[in-house]
Amino acid sequence: MENLINIFIKSIFIDNMVFAYFLGMCSYLAVSKSVKTATGLGVAVIFVMLITVPVDYLLENYVLKEGALSWLGADFADVDLSFLSFIMFIAVIASMVQLVEMIVEKFAPVLYTQLGIFLPLIAVNCAILGGSLFMQQKAFNNIAEATSYGLGSGIGWFLAIVGIAAIREKVQYSQVPAPLRGLGITFIITGLMGLAFMGFMGIKL
Amino acid sequence: MKALRNLIDNMKPSFEKGGKLHMFHSVFEGFETFLFNPDTTSKSGTHIHDHIDLKRTMSIVIMALIPATLFGMYNVGYQHFGAIGELAGQGFFDIFLFGFLKVLPIIIVSYGVGLGIEFAFAQMRGHEIQEGFLVSGILIPLVMPVDVPLWMVAVATAFAVIIGKEVFGGTGMNIWNPALIARAFLFFAYPSYMSGDSVWVNIGEGQKVVDGFSGATPMALAAAGKTDIDVWNAFIGLIPGSIGETSTLAILIGAVVLIATGIGSWKIMVSTVAGAMVTGLLLNAFAVNAYMALPAWEHLIIGGFAFGAVFMATDPVTASQTSRGKWIYGFLLGVLAIIIRVVNPAYPEGMMLAILLMNTFAPLIDHYVVQGNIKKRLKRASVNA
Repeated sequence: MENLINIFIKSIFIDNMVFAYFLGMCSYLAVSKSVKTATGLGVAVIFVMLITVPVDYLLENYVLKEGALSWLGADFADVDLSFLSFIMFIAVIASMVQLVEMIVEKFAPVLYTQLGIFLPLIAVNCAILGGSLFMQQKAFNNIAEATSYGLGSGIGWFLAIVGIAAIREKVQYSQVPAPLRGLGITFIITGLMGLAFMGFMGIKL
Repeated sequence: MKALRNLIDNMKPSFEKGGKLHMFHSVFEGFETFLFNPDTTSKSGTHIHDHIDLKRTMSIVIMALIPATLFGMYNVGYQHFGAIGELAGQGFFDIFLFGFLKVLPIIIVSYGVGLGIEFAFAQMRGHEIQEGFLVSGILIPLVMPVDVPLWMVAVATAFAVIIGKEVFGGTGMNIWNPALIARAFLFFAYPSYMSGDSVWVNIGEGQKVVDGFSGATPMALAAAGKTDIDVWNAFIGLIPGSIGETSTLAILIGAVVLIATGIGSWKIMVSTVAGAMVTGLLLNAFAVNAYMALPAWEHLIIGGFAFGAVFMATDPVTASQTSRGKWIYGFLLGVLAIIIRVVNPAYPEGMMLAILLMNTFAPLIDHYVVQGNIKKRLKRASVNA
């Protein structure tokens, strides 16, 4: 249990997808103009990561990894399908995103129009593929750890995007020099947020 | 006084539109309003005026910082002579003078660079000079170790003023506290000058330190497991540390000034201390090492906690603006500061990064507090309807 909490906290703050790895920047920059849409996208990312990381974990350990297919019989003991992992992970992510899209369209049509193209684009959000690939690299012991990692990474990304959205809402009323308005100031804000997040780096849990 | 007023009035025409020095009008305006209260009145509508404008507000904060600054100067001298073993032969004024001469250049560089940039921006962007830097300019030296090279102070001040403040539009629009941006910038860019055991006490070239001398701060010692802090000295401030942060007593005097004049938010100060105490007590309860067992209240008097809680966290621009937001902001700040201090081996002090992190999330806290209020009132409205 302690281990699960450690992974969870670590993936939110210390290995934050945005501030530690700078993953998922495209939608992070594009959809962070208002807290409301940012919250919507953030929750969608949490949901997708919560599902895809454990599913990919199962895929990795029972299909793709070298020797993972040994449950089929002794003949498959040395089959290594790990070259398929990219395409398999992306397929899982894409189908999950389709599901989320349908849910959002049905239950929150306003949010659906606000998110626009960025909702289907979660499929290529590098933070989500990154979550699955880090899961593969970290070689978790069981599915609970993978789930905790997926949930934590999603929440970390959520925190980053709602945080910057609130700042951008505030900055709208500032007299930012004209050439920096829009994306320019957003990049600067992201850098300074990264500086603030460095307080967590070095914590060993 | 009268002569000064006359001098300014005589000079005024050449800075007005069409005068030959018009391009420097914002500089002139800045000096004039610094010396005298402006007597401009609003032309339309009903306004209530009093004499607390931005310059007066900033002056009060600077007054509140004077005890910490003076004590910081004395402590620089005290630590120096203590380290070379000549403390007994020195009078009070010798000690103070030594510290004064060490600290003054840092203050001059900080103000010179910062105000220079402010003036340049005011000229370029065609607005009046904003007074926000008056406080940052003194805060920056106070959070530096005494041995910091002057060019580093200049670089950090420039970074803080330009990237931390001017790109957001200047005073009142920054998201992060400029003084902390300056310190964090140096901390990550030149770690060997900003941490460790050798930067906190000034030792001149060729001077020998006494046997058994260690320049380590109580924080560094506590992180190493030596938690027997001399409480009285830590409270008075006769310990190694950044220039202005050591004396909890001097900072408390400043806190009284800020609270009495209503400029610093007592809600933030109280909730920050509460957050730190709760975290400290929790860590005490589950202590597995000496640092975690450090009594919670001792966290309040070592390191930069008191300074940060009184002068940095209460910055009205970067803190949460809503009343309930201030409680949440301060509490989380206290919690984070102690957690980073105790749990993170990479940094001995957590106050700076905790404040920067809470500055990051202050707009979000405000957003949710405001949304919560809107929801509550909507509910009330629909019940009455």
